[in-house]
Amino acid sequence: MQQNNFWELAKGIFKKNPVFCLVLGLCPFLAVSTSLDNAIGMGGATIFVLVCSNVIISLIREKVPDKIRIPIFIVVIASFVTIVSLFMQAYLPALNKALGIYVPLIVVNCIILGRAEAFASKNNLFRSVLDGLGMGIGFSFALLLISFIRELLGTGSLKVFGVTLLTVPIEPAIVFILAPGALLVMGLLLGLFRHIGNRRKA
Amino acid sequence: MENLLAIIIGAIFVNNFILTRFLGLCPFFGVSRRTKPALGMGLAVIFVMTLSSVVTWIMYNLILIPLGLQYLQIIVFILVIATLVQFVELFLKKANPVLYKTLGIYLPLITTNCAILGVAFLNVQESYSFIAALVFGISAGVGFLLALLLMSGIRERLELSKVPKAFSGLPIAFIVAALMSMAFLAFSGMIQ
Repeated sequence: MQQNNFWELAKGIFKKNPVFCLVLGLCPFLAVSTSLDNAIGMGGATIFVLVCSNVIISLIREKVPDKIRIPIFIVVIASFVTIVSLFMQAYLPALNKALGIYVPLIVVNCIILGRAEAFASKNNLFRSVLDGLGMGIGFSFALLLISFIRELLGTGSLKVFGVTLLTVPIEPAIVFILAPGALLVMGLLLGLFRHIGNRRKA
Repeated sequence: MENLLAIIIGAIFVNNFILTRFLGLCPFFGVSRRTKPALGMGLAVIFVMTLSSVVTWIMYNLILIPLGLQYLQIIVFILVIATLVQFVELFLKKANPVLYKTLGIYLPLITTNCAILGVAFLNVQESYSFIAALVFGISAGVGFLLALLLMSGIRERLELSKVPKAFSGLPIAFIVAALMSMAFLAFSGMIQ
């Protein structure tokens, strides 16, 4: 049982990583991965919404009529996104400005509705929390990885909240922090992961 | 007038919804394998986007602002769009079965398309007038259709060419999209 619970948490991070394996939640993922700051902000917001909505949906799962469950799930998710959005406007205005319309758009992140429908509406509270946490961490992990690459190649240095972590003596390739860079890095990473997967099978 | 032209060109080319704003990527990769479904999806998006842009503008400016309820915008917008899509589906089924057959299967997919909701939020953020919101909705949809059609044309040919095994399917589609997006960067000098 212990191992089983651990699996609920770990599957989101590696085996069923929402971004790299299931290719869900692409829109916020590619748009905000320009810097590590943005990635941390978006990752945190997504984990919060994912865990909270999984909790509520798991608690009300037996009372919700089957036919109108999707609209109800969406209202629950939208309420938590509103909380995050208002919180950011009040306490983190700079981050809110950088993320722009992608904060309210967490509502239509398919990972969140997908987990609500596929997992939280069928499982108990504890397992739903673990699942939400795992999927959220998996999403943030992927987001950090891709923004790490983009920020490093696009600006030549890595900064987290104003502190420079690392500088590399390369000419910054600005294209990496523009839109094409996101698609290119994502394509290469997907190909790389698939190549590793193929080799392991062979 | 010049302002509207800037909105049109901006939404179609400079800030193309798919290639520079990354809105609506799921249908972009999901429905771009063949040209015909891509066309159907694109037309359905233009239709719903224009309608929802106008309806959410009315809701926000005539209901939410007078009542001081702007903080409810996320919940209201998503519910309005979901209901609207349902109505459109029912209406088309009765009124125009031919059109329903072409667009019908794409309509449910559109509800959770972030591009539609994105237009509603951008209208608020840029505080567009009613006419501007209408024009913005149409041209964002046209930009979506354009990117989707170009992509499907390329992917149809891609199936016949030799691609390394690990890259076949989705990874190569991302790289193609990256090259298209790079080409669209050339438009960025067109408006200020």
